[in-house]
Amino acid sequence: MPTLIRRQDDDKFVLADDPFTAVADDEGLPQGDVIISFTRFQAEGERLLAEGRAVGVRLEPAEEVEALAYDLPRIAVVALAFPKYRDGRAYTGARLLRERFGYAGEIRAVGEVLREQAGFMVRCGFDAFAPADGASPQDWAHAVHRHRHVYQRAADLRTPAFVERDGG
Amino acid sequence: MYQYDTVDKEFVADRSREFREQVGRRLSGELSEDQFKMLRLMNGLYLQLHAYMLRIAIPYGSLNSRQMRRLAHIGRVYDRGYGHFTTRQNLQFHWIKLRDAPDILDQLAEVDMHAIQTSGNCIRNVTSDPYAGATAEELDDPRVWSEAIRQWSSLHPEFSFLPRKFKIAITASAKDRTAAKVHDIGLMIRRGRDGQLGFEVIVGGGLGRTPYVGPTITEFLPANRLFSYLEAILRVYNRHGRRDNIYKARIKILVAALGAEEFARQVAEEWAKIGPEGDLPDTELARIRGAFAGTAFEPLPAVSQAFETAKASDPSLARFARNNLRAHKKPGYAIVEVSLKTIGETPGDATSDQMDVIADLAERYGQDDIRVTHEQNLVLPHIRLDDVPEVFAQLKAAGLASANVNLISDIIACPGLDYCALANARAIPVAQQIAQTFADPDRAESIGELKIKISGCINACGHHHVGHIGILGVDKKGEEFYQLTLGGSGAEDAAVGKMLGPALPYDKVASAIDTLVEVYLRERRDGERFLDTYRRTGVEPFKEAVYADAH
Repeated sequence: MPTLIRRQDDDKFVLADDPFTAVADDEGLPQGDVIISFTRFQAEGERLLAEGRAVGVRLEPAEEVEALAYDLPRIAVVALAFPKYRDGRAYTGARLLRERFGYAGEIRAVGEVLREQAGFMVRCGFDAFAPADGASPQDWAHAVHRHRHVYQRAADLRTPAFVERDGG
Repeated sequence: MYQYDTVDKEFVADRSREFREQVGRRLSGELSEDQFKMLRLMNGLYLQLHAYMLRIAIPYGSLNSRQMRRLAHIGRVYDRGYGHFTTRQNLQFHWIKLRDAPDILDQLAEVDMHAIQTSGNCIRNVTSDPYAGATAEELDDPRVWSEAIRQWSSLHPEFSFLPRKFKIAITASAKDRTAAKVHDIGLMIRRGRDGQLGFEVIVGGGLGRTPYVGPTITEFLPANRLFSYLEAILRVYNRHGRRDNIYKARIKILVAALGAEEFARQVAEEWAKIGPEGDLPDTELARIRGAFAGTAFEPLPAVSQAFETAKASDPSLARFARNNLRAHKKPGYAIVEVSLKTIGETPGDATSDQMDVIADLAERYGQDDIRVTHEQNLVLPHIRLDDVPEVFAQLKAAGLASANVNLISDIIACPGLDYCALANARAIPVAQQIAQTFADPDRAESIGELKIKISGCINACGHHHVGHIGILGVDKKGEEFYQLTLGGSGAEDAAVGKMLGPALPYDKVASAIDTLVEVYLRERRDGERFLDTYRRTGVEPFKEAVYADAH
């Protein structure tokens, strides 16, 4: 089973079992909980949900989270893809899911997911990570907690420097 | 000078510690060069032709004597005794060893400096007016806004993996010394009709392969809404900027493809959704404003008798005063430009010893304030006129008294093929030859303001597109050739230069410039700069003369 690192509410990072099977568009659907593409979700999501499965949707960087707005309450996982680590569109996607659409389910980083991005990802609202560099939960926590201060408000609700200074 | 508080200090220290770990993983072989590349590029470390180059941020080109001395020290200990000031007001060391980089960053952190976001596809060092706080022209101190943007953009969670690098310039003067119109975002501080402070926002300017003078997407943005608006611009760009081709990935391409109006509409739509929650509280802006060390100006007469007497007896001081001094907002003070364009030297280079001299002068005579200009010179922004003769004497002793600011030998040149892996041709020796051609200071002064800018390749780090005369190095079957452009400007009258004609071989460039200048001197009318004459006459007389000569 591929490694999945999960961020807990207490900001700890743990290795987690992944109950979901990621299914490509040209693969048959297995039993159980699945993560499927947005295209497939549009075609088959209704049926899968009716079967009582938990369904996750994988969005490629060019697919905008706005398209999922009305389905969010019934989607268990939004997996945002990083085809290359340098493709930063998913950071915007995650932030909008949390801040604009109030999505409370899992936001998972998949693709070229490296520990150097961990801090940025957590700040934007990702809470599950499928690292491509063999990083452990300890590596992940180390990277995320490296900076004692942040300068911006973001989806992780960390206190930004300008509030910290104000005695907040 | 902004004073770091504990938050700022710890932020930089954390970053430095992180990089030490990353370098450790590289040196131990845990990371390959390819894997390490992304990490070093987030800390200003480039692999060049001969060695690593470390680009150190000088936020909005502002530093104090302690910081300048530290740069001098780093140059002495870890490099070859000199550094190179860049067109983005930063400093580069070109001969760095990887194993030294973490120590260098620690040394920088001790004096509140860093190399964060001096490379990579992120929001780069913010540049601003080198005369900020000293010129009477400005509506507000742009450093306050620059510092707020520095903080906001540092390790920005959403905008650290943009399609391409992103550069912001801010000016508060009508006379633009930041090249704001050829930046990804140019901010020009304005006052509204009711006296309220705001910004004209220019987006999508740039140089490189496809030069654009950026369009204004909003004429007046209330100042306290700046950060939500920046967030909206960056978000539209992060989502829709091209990522399939690095040469089409800058925001200028997106703005040009959508059209400025449609781009502005998308930004406005996103901005409305973000709302004032995305803004920095007024209290924090006030705190930043207050964290700038105060300047203590004495009440002085507007004219200094000591200075006038010294000028009358020393023509070289008089020349320096004519070309390198600028009006200060306070009577009895001057802004002193220190040229890093000594004839025959590399434009923008300063030795460690010279950096120490500048630091001493700033500390003793200049309220501990030093600036870097985007034209690769230094500025002592607050010098008493009474002290100018002494400052001049000390600059002269250090080889820093060239009286050529804004003149033909005040050339911007990129490092070119002498250092850079991307270059097609050398830039520095071309600059040196031209400077030597115009070494006669009387002739240079009679020619007046003439900005020559040289790039060693199409990436345009030497800003050739916006040179009054631009020079672009190209490779023709393994030989260095140079394409000339005329009529560019990076200032408030920004324009992209037009190509003069076929490229010239290396040894013909300086004489071609000489010919262009002769045509200008023949054609010019009262008070016209080279640029004004060119704009009036068009390219024909220039073209005719250069290519008649070439045959």
